[in-house]
Amino acid sequence: MSEFLQQVVNGLALGSIYALIAIGYTMVYGVLRFINFAHSDILMLGAFAAFFLAPKAQAIFGAESVLGAISVILLSALICAAIGMLIEYLAYRPLRDRPKLTVLITAIGVSLLIEFGCQHPAVFGPNPKAFPKLFPAADYHLQGLTISTNDMVVLGSTLVLLGALWFMVQRTKVGAAMRAVAFNHHAAALMGINVSRIISLTFAVGSALAAVAGILYALKAPAIEPLMGIQPGLRAFIAAVVGGIGNLPGAALGGLLLGALETFAGGIPGVSNYRDGIAFAILILILLFRPAGLLGKLQHEKV
Amino acid sequence: MSGLGAKRFLLAAIAVSIVISAFSHRFNSYYLGVALDVGIAVILAVSLNLINGHTGQFSLGHAGFMASGAYVSALCTIHVLPLVDPRLQPVVFCASLLVGGLAAALAGLGVGIPSLRLRGDYLAIVTLGFGEIIRVVLQNMEIVGGASGLKGIAKLSTLAWVWAFAAVTIYTVAALVNSTYGRGFIAVHDDEVASSAMGINPTRYKVVAFVVGAFFAGIAGGLYAHHKQFLSPTGFDFMKSIDIVVMVILGGMGRTAGVAAAAVLLTVLPEFLRGFAEVRMIIYSLLIIGLMILRPQGLFSFGERRVKAS
Repeated sequence: MSEFLQQVVNGLALGSIYALIAIGYTMVYGVLRFINFAHSDILMLGAFAAFFLAPKAQAIFGAESVLGAISVILLSALICAAIGMLIEYLAYRPLRDRPKLTVLITAIGVSLLIEFGCQHPAVFGPNPKAFPKLFPAADYHLQGLTISTNDMVVLGSTLVLLGALWFMVQRTKVGAAMRAVAFNHHAAALMGINVSRIISLTFAVGSALAAVAGILYALKAPAIEPLMGIQPGLRAFIAAVVGGIGNLPGAALGGLLLGALETFAGGIPGVSNYRDGIAFAILILILLFRPAGLLGKLQHEKV
Repeated sequence: MSGLGAKRFLLAAIAVSIVISAFSHRFNSYYLGVALDVGIAVILAVSLNLINGHTGQFSLGHAGFMASGAYVSALCTIHVLPLVDPRLQPVVFCASLLVGGLAAALAGLGVGIPSLRLRGDYLAIVTLGFGEIIRVVLQNMEIVGGASGLKGIAKLSTLAWVWAFAAVTIYTVAALVNSTYGRGFIAVHDDEVASSAMGINPTRYKVVAFVVGAFFAGIAGGLYAHHKQFLSPTGFDFMKSIDIVVMVILGGMGRTAGVAAAAVLLTVLPEFLRGFAEVRMIIYSLLIIGLMILRPQGLFSFGERRVKAS
């Protein structure tokens, strides 16, 4: 029983990271109707930003301080928000009225550019780097259950961010504008909404969430490297589709579900070797039986 | 390409490749290797072009089809060759290539069926997923060597085989698309809703495109296996698929001649840029972004077909 609960804790921790990334995918899909393949690389850039900022924060706040960790995470999120807006401005905005496929291919191009640009020795280099400890780590034992501060930070920050995002989207003017743009670009523009600014902002919010997720992921992973974003990025994308793409609660649900399933599959001998394939198998099954995802609504194409 | 001209092209290309192949022992083995790589790349790019270009779908799993063909045909020759007369070698090789192609076509059918309900980016991610699943399965199968790879494949791919199959691929795809039946591929590409209103079944065309494209990718895989003599699952990852996609985009989606030219260019060019291996993918990615923004119809397309954005 305790082993089962342990797996639940691990699954929730992994799943909430997926959920944070998945929300970025879903938000961008909501306003622009395309998969931002570069999202998984923003996550990597977030981890690297934290990697370079951490020594600076240590010099100011002292080693492994909570204040230092928070400032590192916030600054990395800001940097990634700026990068996300920049990518949208340079690569996706010129293609706004072009066919979907063109934008999708461009997104793949941007993703490859970031991945291989960062692998170049002049940037980060291809070798893995040990990620610094941002805050004091400890394990808490509770009736045979081990919960690390790491897991608690992951779960806590995911909850806080999801709450903040929900508030922003549902209760503020900007959030209403975002929902309007997602619903219909042209009508939103007619209502006096600056569509380009809202799209830019969506990229900023999504990228900031990805940066936080990247740092949380890096804290669990042994090391960071320029291709580290691909696997969690793909999982998160699948989570977004499973939950119903364009649907925020769906993305969170999908992320948690996928994290849990993957953790449990990893614990079963024989199945664990196929871990990398499981997420895709789930995706294909979901798309076959519920093409719009668990919480999504199917939209029929109109002529 | 008119029917007669196309058949002449096919026969001429096969004859030329057999003649050149007869003198292949005189060539430097490095150049010979590159020539084989070029032929294999042409098959891959032209077959992917049927799916991504002519039919307007977006597959990111071509390396997966190639892998299934490569492993199946390699297993065939490894297990069958020792049992038969050495004079029958070419027959066994050709048969194993076809078996590999059929295995890949079966995989293509498996991907094509979910595509009944998906389009655009969903399809891209599903094909990516299929490619990854094939790779993961291969990595865990002991019979094909698992993660350490499959060794001991006979060196059977020659210039004649590779280039003849490249010619057959170009001919089949061009003839298929230009046939009365094949107009349907272009109709599905241009507008799915309109074409189904015209009595064309988009689903069937998509599945056919996947099956035919995968078949030739499987053949290319078989040729690759018997050229490199070693197969490793990591050689068929996402990046391999991207390589082929770049060829199709650079050549111009839906333009067979342009895509074949791009396949040649992108296979030969890296050989000259060996010293710049680490910037190769950076250049590729900049190429993709630049082409999409400035010249989405591809580099090698000069009014061969009207530019239809869809």
